[in-house]
Amino acid sequence: MAVIEELQKTTQYLSRQRDPHEVDEPILRVEGLSKAYESGAALENVTFEIDMGEQLAVVGPNGAGKSTLFKVIAGVESPTEGRVHIFGHSPRGHICIAYLTQRSQVDWSFPVTVADVVMMGRVGQLGLFRNPKAQDWEIVNNALEVVKMNHLAKRQISQLSGGQQQRMFIARALAQQAELMLMDEPLGGLDLNSQEKILGVLDDLRRANVTVLISLHDLKIASQHFDRIMLLNHHMLGIGAPQEVLNPENLVAAYGGHLHLVPTEDGMLALGDTCCDEQ
Amino acid sequence: MSLLLEPLQYAFMARGLAAAVMVGIVCAVVGAYVVLRGLAFFGDALAHAILPGIAVGYLVGDGARQPLFWWALIAAVISSLGIGAISRTTKIKEDTAIGIVFAGAFALGVALISSVRSYSVDLAHFLFGDVLGVRPADLWLMVIFGGLVILAILAFYKEFMVLSFDPVLATTLRLPVRLLEFLLLILIAVTIVVSLQIVGVALMVAMLVTPAASAFLLTRRLPVMMALAAIIAALSGVIGLYLSYYLSIASGAAIVLTCTAVFALIWGIQSVRQRLIIQKIGGDQSEN
Repeated sequence: MAVIEELQKTTQYLSRQRDPHEVDEPILRVEGLSKAYESGAALENVTFEIDMGEQLAVVGPNGAGKSTLFKVIAGVESPTEGRVHIFGHSPRGHICIAYLTQRSQVDWSFPVTVADVVMMGRVGQLGLFRNPKAQDWEIVNNALEVVKMNHLAKRQISQLSGGQQQRMFIARALAQQAELMLMDEPLGGLDLNSQEKILGVLDDLRRANVTVLISLHDLKIASQHFDRIMLLNHHMLGIGAPQEVLNPENLVAAYGGHLHLVPTEDGMLALGDTCCDEQ
Repeated sequence: MSLLLEPLQYAFMARGLAAAVMVGIVCAVVGAYVVLRGLAFFGDALAHAILPGIAVGYLVGDGARQPLFWWALIAAVISSLGIGAISRTTKIKEDTAIGIVFAGAFALGVALISSVRSYSVDLAHFLFGDVLGVRPADLWLMVIFGGLVILAILAFYKEFMVLSFDPVLATTLRLPVRLLEFLLLILIAVTIVVSLQIVGVALMVAMLVTPAASAFLLTRRLPVMMALAAIIAALSGVIGLYLSYYLSIASGAAIVLTCTAVFALIWGIQSVRQRLIIQKIGGDQSEN
């Protein structure tokens, strides 16, 4: 079974045949998605849709299943139940989805330059035995231009700051010509200045009609910068405008005992006593 | 000059040099991935795990050399598959699976070879190499299979780079990840079998790891790392063989020791340079 699947992948890679984009289907439709590991359920019955060019922020406590959701959408992991449709077909037939690797997952001493990493995004389009051509380098340069990193193209990746590392991955997704970008905690561990720069790039992506799913820790950034927001804690607790989704009941349901709501003169004050425990 | 040319009048020495250079280059290029992916223990284990293959070839072929190559190749492929199967199907971690397969196979190899009376001499050749015993037919096998390995590394260059740097990206670009992983393991296995006669089973990992690690210290680009590693390994092969000739020491050990000395030299120079840079920064600051 695994052998057959691998052979299918190989012929698909060799022929560079991808699944078509059905015009009457949304870029992403998730139906009744569940994912269980041996340690328990990560996602339970998640259903939603997003349209082309939309940017959706996913928030929720650590271990809420955000990374799992992104990996299943990207086709990196298989769901236990339910389906993911990208333009009406399974994600496994598409190379228009970019999963932005978390910075902690990468060996930064790997002997490659920024331009090398961005060029990796082109490998799916290039196919076997084909080397990058002038046109591919132009795409790479343009991608670096968007994230304002042209001057760093020849740098070895260990010499980048955290914010630059993250922007390099966005450039790689642009070089991939991804229509759906999945960004897993791209602001984690970055200073305010670097966070601002990435939010600036997100604005550029919005203008370029790139669809973005982004997981965030900071509810304030999520509600200020995104029109639609999803609150996730294994179940989807709400999706919609930030002020609708982030109501006290939902927040207590999501953050549970770690969240205390204190009534004050200005309204409700939410206090969290948890942070940053490992997923 | 005569010091350099004198050993070459012996045909076995000339063949040994050609073999050492060729094997050095193949090992170094494949070794770049062994180093970058942290496969040193796997490479060491695989080298040891082919001993039963050699032993069977040795017993069946009645001492003939040619069949050894093919038996070794079969053993290497089976061992790398076995290691993968154990760590995939049980909760045992990969390095433990490697340890189990490696030690068991190695013991089986020693047991088989020890059933032959003259075994200590032959065993020593398998363990530590016999570069001066390389025959023209062995050279041809090295050229063909070493060449195939290098061709495969070049042909799948961008795929192996993506897979090694970011396996999740490889999956989302829909590369045949498992097939490529398997291909890389097979390439390491073939490299080990090709190099067997030069440094032997016990010192093999040095050829895979040491030149590539030396090159890793010197550069920030993968192609440059591969080229530098190949140069370091080829030079070490030549210098090591001359050392072995004039000092009358075991040739495989001399080659590996030369590689180690090159690494130590590069490492030493780098740490001194770094200390100087730090001192300079410190000095600049105290002037202000």
